[in-house]
Amino acid sequence: MAEYLIKNGFVYDPVLGIKGDKVDVAVKDGKMVETSALSKPAEIDASGMTIMAGAVDIHAHVAGPKVCAGRNFRPEDKLFRATPMAGIKRMEGGFSVPTTLRTGYDYARMGFGFVMEAAMPPLYARHVHEEIRDTPIIDEAALPVFGNNWFVLEYLKNHEIENTAAYIAWLMRMTRGFGVKNVNPGGTEAWGWGLNCPTVNDPVPYFDITPAQIIRGLIEANEYLGLPHCMHVHSNSLGEPGNFTVTLDTLKQAEGIKARNEFGREQVLHHTHLQFHSYGGESYASKSFESKSKEVIDYVNSQDNITIDLGVVTLDETTTMTADGPFEHHLTELNHLKWVNTDVELETAAGVVPYIYSPKTFIAGAQWAIGLELGLYAKDPMRTFITTDHPNAGPFIRYPRVYKWLMSKAAREDMLDNVLKYGNTVRDRCYIGEIDREITLFELAQMTRAGPAKALGLEAMFGSLKPGMEGDVAVYPYNPETSEDPEDIERAFSNAQYLIKGGEVVVKEGQVVSNGNKRTFWVDCKVNENPQVERDIAEKFKRYYSVNQANYEVYAHHYVPNPYVIEVDATQ
Amino acid sequence: MATVTLTPTKVPDLRLEADNIKPDVFAGKKAAEIADLHVFIGNTQYTLGEFFKVAGEGGTSAAETTIVIDGDVSRVKYIGMKMTEGSILVKGNADMYVGAWMEGGTITVNGDADAFAGMGMTGGEINVAGNAGNYLGAAYRGDWRGMQGGVIRVGGNAGSDIGTFMRGGEIIVNGNVDVHVGTHQEGGTIIVKGDAKSKVGGQMVEGEIYVFGDIEVMMPGFQHVEDADLEVDGVSGRFACYKGDMGERHPRRKGETVYGKLYLKY
Repeated sequence: MAEYLIKNGFVYDPVLGIKGDKVDVAVKDGKMVETSALSKPAEIDASGMTIMAGAVDIHAHVAGPKVCAGRNFRPEDKLFRATPMAGIKRMEGGFSVPTTLRTGYDYARMGFGFVMEAAMPPLYARHVHEEIRDTPIIDEAALPVFGNNWFVLEYLKNHEIENTAAYIAWLMRMTRGFGVKNVNPGGTEAWGWGLNCPTVNDPVPYFDITPAQIIRGLIEANEYLGLPHCMHVHSNSLGEPGNFTVTLDTLKQAEGIKARNEFGREQVLHHTHLQFHSYGGESYASKSFESKSKEVIDYVNSQDNITIDLGVVTLDETTTMTADGPFEHHLTELNHLKWVNTDVELETAAGVVPYIYSPKTFIAGAQWAIGLELGLYAKDPMRTFITTDHPNAGPFIRYPRVYKWLMSKAAREDMLDNVLKYGNTVRDRCYIGEIDREITLFELAQMTRAGPAKALGLEAMFGSLKPGMEGDVAVYPYNPETSEDPEDIERAFSNAQYLIKGGEVVVKEGQVVSNGNKRTFWVDCKVNENPQVERDIAEKFKRYYSVNQANYEVYAHHYVPNPYVIEVDATQ
Repeated sequence: MATVTLTPTKVPDLRLEADNIKPDVFAGKKAAEIADLHVFIGNTQYTLGEFFKVAGEGGTSAAETTIVIDGDVSRVKYIGMKMTEGSILVKGNADMYVGAWMEGGTITVNGDADAFAGMGMTGGEINVAGNAGNYLGAAYRGDWRGMQGGVIRVGGNAGSDIGTFMRGGEIIVNGNVDVHVGTHQEGGTIIVKGDAKSKVGGQMVEGEIYVFGDIEVMMPGFQHVEDADLEVDGVSGRFACYKGDMGERHPRRKGETVYGKLYLKY
């Protein structure tokens, strides 16, 4: 394979502790190497540019049945947004729910190497993997959802951690999944009764277990297995004014639990899109609604076993989609736009509703502020990751815009003064106006590379340019010494000058020139034989599932043609 | 005011997609430059000059530019799409999407206009002397934002699904219309001076529909409120007033529930 030497660029690497020094970066045979290991490298001149490892997205909805439902029921999302095929690129389309091809190309243009699909309904894992397979370039994995799964609810009601763990290991193997996702624990199942679990203490109908028991039980089962990623939660009462107390109650479930794994992960709970969970007030009325970001992030700062991602609202017309079924119903009642809803037998549910975050409304402005406040108040960038919960708070192609807001107070002030209609009310009811902090490029590399890679248990592969890591290098046309205009940040990080992915040049001079060699990551976890769980699974398939147990497994040869399997031994 | 005259010289085998035919693009251009603008047939690109003889030149701005299409363009789509100012006169028939998403200016079609005319338009005026096709002033497939402003006048009949998801503006049809009028309507006014078939105002939230002739089958979700003497688009008469669609949600404004209104002339 090829050798590359990238010279003269400003390098930012949190793992190596490089803060903008001009360091030569070497890639050989798909891996990062010492420059001395090269014999006849192709040289890339990165003069006046910024070099980072390929970025890692810890949470985005980019593949699977609900994404596809979003594409299908929003033809208007593609209107005037098609790019014809050119060179090796096939046709691209869509904005908030882009085609698989645009998804791969856009992530590559933004310098990403790995993306986590954040919610995989186990029964429809095939669909998720088909779309992952059809998304070029980026490595991907998917998190199956467990928080409303009948097996989990029944085992955890009696705190049967070993059985829960055995079931998780089995399901991850069946679905080629990566970790444990937990969406609106118990609440989505309650939705089957037309109810919800607004707090962590509301019992799930019939199952008679509380969200708190599910959250803590899944954390314990995750650590029992020693999985690469920790339990990944979207807590109860997403988007509800006053929900910050529920968020704090959720985060407290991790107290006293220590990480147990061989992947360098130090945290036991990842709370996703925290922006949607940091609201104060009693209603969406502007006199009541307020930011509680400081209260929530203060708690996160005080604990060292929690990671978070932001879920910043980007003020776009987008498509919300989540396994939080009751929330999507709530949303369609609010905005009266079209709604898709589905129940996935025994496992989960999902809904999809288009949503416009209009800068002309106070609420959207406040939501925008809250997401940024969390990022700016967070003390440890290695535990704070930048997302938009794509496409829920905004499309992932807006990440560079979020970087701009986080990195420039001037850009934030411009939004408050000139773009938001209720900028002053937002200053009053949120903290955004009081914050002077500007995220540095080094911190950006922590929040988008080293941090999420470590939280996913992938620090040995991604997030740094250290020799031995995957050959993922992004070169951005951004000069940290001369650039002063915040717009430069957005422009540069939207379109990398170069992306080397797995040792291959994928973006060259700003153009996608290769469809890469994408891989699907999944975790194969060995556990001791557990006859009870095996019997329970067989029985559930006989009694309840609409498919046969033998037809449930996602067979790798077709659905996961290029797997990267991480093996975990939990038999001890 | 400058005029550009396009005379059709060749009928395309398939449909020509010519969203470049609008004053906003023609303004400031000479005939040769206009002839060089691209058009599509499927995924193949051609120039406007391969299908039209171009005479005259664009004005200094879109507002100062008039486009005259001197002939039948019943295989040319997207005429005046997204135009903001100026005017277009089509002397024959036009294909689909005339004035789709237009924001201002005037389009006159002396013949018939095919489906999707004035789709999602926010302003301006479309006059069709002949008949209009389906989805007149409607929303793009999947979208909830149909016609939002401006005026569409049709001298003859219109097809089905006119004013779907309409939110503002006015559609006036002198003749008859086919099924589905103002489905999901949330504002604006539809006036049908002839007859309507059925499904008039289905899932209508607010807005107004007037029918001067008969509605063959009335929607069950409308309630008779009162009779009133009204003047509608220059015609006076007594109308039966209905509110609906009662099966749909309705907003409350100033303490009152807002309904869609359907007026049927006696």
